Amino acid sequence: MDWWFFIEVFVGGLLSGVMYSLVALGFVLIFKASGVFNFAQGAMVLFAALTFVRLLEMGVPALLTMAITIGVMILLAIFIERVMLRPLVNQDLIILFMATIGLNYFIEGFAQLIWGSHVGVLDLGVDQYAAFEIGNALINKFDVWAALIAGSLVLVLSLFFRFTVIGRALRAVADDHQAALSVGIPLSTIWVYVWSTAGIVALVAGVVWGSKLGVQFAISTVALKAIPVLIIGGFTSVPGAIIGGLIVGCGEKLAEVYLGTYIGYGIENWFPYMLALIVLMIRPEGLFGEKIIERV
Amino acid sequence: MNVNAKNNKSAKLEVLMDIKDISLSFGGLKALQNVNLHIQKGEILAIIGPNGAGKSSMLNVISGIYIPQKGVVEWKGKLRKKIAPHDIARMGIARTFQNIALFRGMSALENILTGRNILMKRNLFLEALYLGMGRKQEEEHRQKAEEIIDFLEIQSIRKTPVARLPYGLQKRVELGRALALEPELLLLDEPMAGMNVEEKEDMCRFILDVNEQFGTTIVLIEHDMGVVMDISDRVAVLDYGIKIADGTPDEVRSEQKVIDAYLGAG
Repeated sequence: MDWWFFIEVFVGGLLSGVMYSLVALGFVLIFKASGVFNFAQGAMVLFAALTFVRLLEMGVPALLTMAITIGVMILLAIFIERVMLRPLVNQDLIILFMATIGLNYFIEGFAQLIWGSHVGVLDLGVDQYAAFEIGNALINKFDVWAALIAGSLVLVLSLFFRFTVIGRALRAVADDHQAALSVGIPLSTIWVYVWSTAGIVALVAGVVWGSKLGVQFAISTVALKAIPVLIIGGFTSVPGAIIGGLIVGCGEKLAEVYLGTYIGYGIENWFPYMLALIVLMIRPEGLFGEKIIERV
Repeated sequence: MNVNAKNNKSAKLEVLMDIKDISLSFGGLKALQNVNLHIQKGEILAIIGPNGAGKSSMLNVISGIYIPQKGVVEWKGKLRKKIAPHDIARMGIARTFQNIALFRGMSALENILTGRNILMKRNLFLEALYLGMGRKQEEEHRQKAEEIIDFLEIQSIRKTPVARLPYGLQKRVELGRALALEPELLLLDEPMAGMNVEEKEDMCRFILDVNEQFGTTIVLIEHDMGVVMDISDRVAVLDYGIKIADGTPDEVRSEQKVIDAYLGAG
């Protein structure tokens, strides 16, 4: 066995896994705080990326574009809370889930209505095909760069959750709505925070994925890759989203390269789902999810 | 437990909350009918009654979660209007729940700190830098939380995630979180349910201490009659949504209607 080749595939897998984690993170934030699986997360990634790239195309400076897009995602969060979450408060989670499906189509349509659907080119100044060598293994520069962004985002989020008053309120809401209300934490404000944060995470994911694949409609389907990541990592865990992403990224690349020879290539596309299925059978709450204990 | 000391407390008759002739129903079910109840400042008031008598409904009317269809609630002499659930804490009303509602992922200390939520100022920038105001604020609140931890004698578990604590201690942490609000009125929904004798005695002691040391007015629902008669200044009895008695523990104990309600006679 060629170990350098193995390392190359392995590291490549880890790095692309980070990209999946980035998308999964948005799901986890919303699921943690409200128990809702946000079907519209992929659409939010598309919307953020489209807004970003179109503003750049208009000649707005990069930093200002970033700031405006963050503002737009916060407005979107406020809109979602007012129009969708507030009227549906206390409804079954399945109803909220259905509402996010509607939201998904709304955002997809709205994004393309105002920004058009032509493919946007996002150049972050990093050559996609440049690589550097470690020993005999080639590591893609762009992927390393994306991993660094994702890593710092996770770090900032964890610090925010752990050490700020708002972060503590967010965790409180995630743990128990009733108790959070009783100590005076307003759910509606917290939901705006959560959806804004998920929007900003969607922006980062959109920019990174957009510069890899081009900013186009297909970006919203990267959300599909997040599902096995969530099942493996657990829906309620930020570290779970990271580890889950790494497992999926590594797993699919290694399977493609090493199992492909025996059972045919192209297994990259379904392998993560099979991993997820196995995890579901052994540990339904995911590797890092909270174990669900019901008193009977 | 020194009960007599309590009863000698100088009777200062200031009404904190006055509930006038309220009726509450859910569809066809009449949960409360024409109930009058006042809460005096500084007292420990117990609401008792058989299952389904409307005790929890009453507690929710007091806290403002339920709005009665008929009648009014006055808070400190002023008519109380409909309030958002998260504003109840701001009025100075804290509560614990029948089924413990703690922030399970947090430690005991963090739970109590979160109880101070409404007293904290939010400034993301300062907090992020952990500087100046942000730092001073966090330290102040932490000190208050530590005082509550000392008071409830839970120093040894302050860093333990609450989900891992035994039931009795979880109840105690929940009480701590409610105290962290520095409430004027503390509502306890079955604070002793499911506890063993020792835990009950501890809880009784804490409730009395809170009342005496902080002057907090306490309204509690409890099934254990021994406990109720021991610690309450006043007892209100509900049966089928109607208040059938209201008075000192001794008065209530000898009331024929109460005896009937509990023994199922009549």
